[in-house]
Amino acid sequence: MAHRWTNALTRADITPEPLWLNRRQFIAGALGAGAMASIASPALAETLEPNTWEHITSYNNFYEFGTDKEDPAANAHRLNTADWEIEVDGLVDAPGRYSVASLLEGLSEEERIYRFRCVEAWAMVVPWNGVELKDILDKVGVQSGAKYVAFETANRPDEMPGLRYPVLDWPYREGLRLDEALHPLTLMATGIYGKPIPNQNGAPIRLVVPWKYGFKSIKSIVRITLTDQEPVTSWKMANAREYGFYSNVNPTVSHPRWSQATERRIGGGLFNRRQPTLMFNGYEAEVADLYEDMDLKTYF
Amino acid sequence: MFIQWINTGLRKIPTWVLYIILPIPGLLAIVAGLTDNLGPEPVNELEEQLGEFALKFLILGLAVSPLLHFTRINLVRFRRAIGLMAFAYVLAHFLVWFLLDLQALNQIWIEIAKRPYVTAGFAGFIVMIPLALTSNDWSVRRLRRFWRVLHRLTYLAAILAGLHFIMLSKGFDVEALAHMAVILAFLALRVSKWRHGLQSGLQGLRTKLIG
Repeated sequence: MAHRWTNALTRADITPEPLWLNRRQFIAGALGAGAMASIASPALAETLEPNTWEHITSYNNFYEFGTDKEDPAANAHRLNTADWEIEVDGLVDAPGRYSVASLLEGLSEEERIYRFRCVEAWAMVVPWNGVELKDILDKVGVQSGAKYVAFETANRPDEMPGLRYPVLDWPYREGLRLDEALHPLTLMATGIYGKPIPNQNGAPIRLVVPWKYGFKSIKSIVRITLTDQEPVTSWKMANAREYGFYSNVNPTVSHPRWSQATERRIGGGLFNRRQPTLMFNGYEAEVADLYEDMDLKTYF
Repeated sequence: MFIQWINTGLRKIPTWVLYIILPIPGLLAIVAGLTDNLGPEPVNELEEQLGEFALKFLILGLAVSPLLHFTRINLVRFRRAIGLMAFAYVLAHFLVWFLLDLQALNQIWIEIAKRPYVTAGFAGFIVMIPLALTSNDWSVRRLRRFWRVLHRLTYLAAILAGLHFIMLSKGFDVEALAHMAVILAFLALRVSKWRHGLQSGLQGLRTKLIG
């Protein structure tokens, strides 16, 4: 149970709270010392420090609260996450409506410092807290016919002002192949920096799949369905040519409108250099075998 | 009466005032970027702000003649300043994209050729260059009637800019579509006027030939 995957990043990489509260001064100091020079090198990526709480919680894509990056932080306080329930259905032994607490009960919560790569070619490093999705799925009992897991975000127009606009076909939907869902890297996050996850980051519980583009990591989940069919996913429905079901981070497959070869790490200021994007976002050793026989240009 | 009062007031404003006022939001954005006050991703933010002001000033320039036609409010004196400032914002937007965002100077033509939204935006920028270069009294005098025809390209530049905005958006972007709707509405007004002008011109020719 849990601890199947160990962070190459350690606790020592977590910035102490007084420091991330004062990150601007800290960065200024580091710049002065020339310490930023190492950041461009992907080989040293493991030593990258997590982004600040401020950056992680103020630069978000959560279109239910608006399409600008600052909209979720401004509007997400309207989401009521108390008494949150998740409907678990489909090919499971114990379907039903579960409270978050009952789903997490008895599971070991972990801290995972993951790279986070958005399909828009920006990137962060986030210290998540959560449980492996596998543990939740084991709890509800996946039936043998299940091949995929489908997820759905809350659809509450009164609390989510962005739902008034037909930006996507609401509710937001995402999905994983079962082996991806069961992979030890796949996390259901409930916290960041050891604090409860803020609404704009997907409270009370969200998926985190670090080797896929960020939009796969669906937020504020209200439904988990085990199915034998590839689930429909919101961005693929919106534009199948640009957003595939798999959406693995892959520097060799460009988005039709922009290159995915490089990314800009959030927090580096106006003259921040782009850095090369890593295959599977740097988790190639862990996940490449999931896609061994697949042409990743076809199944992008 | 009220309109007259507005126009009298407007006439008292020298046009150079616009060359002071209109650059302010762009300069503020640049200063904010340099002082780490543009949020976690300042490059994109600066790029977006400059691009949006460019588009808004382009639309403001297109609004001058319908405003005169429908309300009699006369901003015609300010149109050159508005247009030139729109161009300055487009140029700044392009430079931020090219120098701070793309960062690969040898990549620029590949990006322009390969990414349709970049192609549209860049085409809009190119179209505006002759307009900016001929925005002076000397050119107006030299080019005469051709100057008017040439400056109809403003509509093309605005449409390319609006298209650029729509194409770079993810999902169904209401804001981008609203900008385009305004541009197309102004174009429709203008086309109906051109048609009218063409018809009355033909009418005149016919009367001359036949009657």
